Amino acid sequence: MIIETIRTRMADPAARIRLLICLAVVAFGVAAPSLVSSYSLTLLARFLAYSILALGIGLIWGQGGVLSLGQGVFFGLGGYMLAMHLKLAGHAANDLPDFMVWSGIDTLPLAWVPFRSALVSVIAVIAVPGLVSAAFSWLVFRRRVGGVYFALITQALALAFSTLLVSQQSLTGGFNGLTNFSRLFGFSTNSNGFGVGLYYVTLGSTIASYLLLRWLMASRFGTVLRATRDGENRVRFLGYDPTPYKVLAFTIAGMLAGLAGALFTLASGVISPAMVGVIPSIEMVVWVAVGGRGALWGAVAGTLLVNFAKDEISSALPSAWLYALGLMFVLVVTFLPEGIAGLVQLRGPATGWRRFGLALPRPRNAE
Amino acid sequence: MVLRPPPLLRVEGVSVDFDGFLALDNVNFVVEPGELRILIGPNGAGKSTLCDTIIGRVRATAGQILFKDEAITDLPEHEIVRRGICRKFQAPGVLPNLSVAENLLVSARRDRGWWQSLTSRVPPDETARVADILERVGLADRATVAAGSLAHGEMQWLEIAMVMATNADLLLLDEPTAGMGRNDTARTAALIRSLAGRHAVVVIDHDMSFVEALDGPVTVLHQGRILREGSVADIRADKEVEAVYLGRAKDAAHA
Repeated sequence: MIIETIRTRMADPAARIRLLICLAVVAFGVAAPSLVSSYSLTLLARFLAYSILALGIGLIWGQGGVLSLGQGVFFGLGGYMLAMHLKLAGHAANDLPDFMVWSGIDTLPLAWVPFRSALVSVIAVIAVPGLVSAAFSWLVFRRRVGGVYFALITQALALAFSTLLVSQQSLTGGFNGLTNFSRLFGFSTNSNGFGVGLYYVTLGSTIASYLLLRWLMASRFGTVLRATRDGENRVRFLGYDPTPYKVLAFTIAGMLAGLAGALFTLASGVISPAMVGVIPSIEMVVWVAVGGRGALWGAVAGTLLVNFAKDEISSALPSAWLYALGLMFVLVVTFLPEGIAGLVQLRGPATGWRRFGLALPRPRNAE
Repeated sequence: MVLRPPPLLRVEGVSVDFDGFLALDNVNFVVEPGELRILIGPNGAGKSTLCDTIIGRVRATAGQILFKDEAITDLPEHEIVRRGICRKFQAPGVLPNLSVAENLLVSARRDRGWWQSLTSRVPPDETARVADILERVGLADRATVAAGSLAHGEMQWLEIAMVMATNADLLLLDEPTAGMGRNDTARTAALIRSLAGRHAVVVIDHDMSFVEALDGPVTVLHQGRILREGSVADIRADKEVEAVYLGRAKDAAHA
């Protein structure tokens, strides 16, 4: 039956082209370690980790119409919790992480104790951001807070989170964050083989997240979520309670952000408040806006494009990056409101997006 | 003695107070199962507020609303809908980025919980109902078009179709012919008459020729109160109704 479905779908030439492009991209991803330099591979691993988070934004913003300016919080939770385990795993059992010794602490703080276990840490990296985003979004959506107000609350959350991280120097490493990792699951994190392995884990996680969201979007849940984006009241007066739909979408986005944070921390070797605060959280939204919030692949494409551009531009002209980012955002919002995905339009003519979290200008209706 | 079935909906002494403005003032209103009822009245008479109160968008400050003999006055909106009341709003409220068929499939869904939605399987009876409704409202050839690109009249029909698809026992249709031409209005009247019997239907409208085409019992609201109830002919002949409503409409027509 599955083969039959595939056969009928492949009868459509556009679907065949899509599949070919998909396979080519995945093939490049798999072959990348032998195609690109090890420096580029590290970058690719980091940016793929980012794109897992971006997929979550694509889900809540593109499909659910909920703009969050606080995804850095869930990214940070995942990143910090894995970093805590890495700090502990790099020392002898009774030694304390270096920054704690400098802060004059002599016993391991209670909040750190569970992260001695690799298993607990790996579960917490996804479960804790999931629980936090579920509780937070349930409280807010239940009160029917949405749109710009929701965006502002999430931004405040990002600010509070990064401020808290900086202020709790002895617990979090303060402004410098957590760095200087050496071991995970008994492997040295600095070896070349570890880097390649991590790259494959990240690539696999990106593909798995993409497929999960594709499945979710094709389910009736996806239809109701899009319906809620377009007319929350209409959906409510058709007998649906929109709250759990939005909470589930936000929770999945939070879990993906946590996973992304953990993978990013491993790939970059550091996590700090500067990577999880207000500005990075806004940048994350820009990746998705550039790639196109209407299609999930747009989120991945935008993330990779913007971040490789950032790497190139900031190494050539260190002070120019923020201007370039701002310019890119303005250009996309003005001329390409549906991003790169809107330009390509693999899924037939666009039908005019309406009512997103923020009132971005509407595209001209496709004829 | 003949046993009559109990009324489907009873609005009992309902008042709605918007910060000192009484939009509804002690309204009593009964709808029998399968009946077609027309609600008219000048602008600001409280017609839409009455519908809003029944559906839970506006909360009554006094009185209660009973549906199938159960109080629904304080239930959340989606609970009220699940018990079998569905409303079409004045401005077409279709879901613009979903196709016409998707709009109806979302409406026809019986299990509306999020955990039941994690499947792409559509029960065959829901598909059949959607196909049947598409035929009846004449949108079958538009099924795969995005709802946002429909013409205005088609959008009105789609929303009527969505309300039908929920299989609710009571349909509240707020100005279903707003912005329609004469032919479309006649078609809409025929469609709505065909709904009565299977559903109880309450129609709000201004257009007297449409009201005559519907030909059901009429309730006239004025300044938040029920002014008259009677047949279209009775209401036409009523001097007081003419004074508050038809007279004003004539003035408006002259102006």
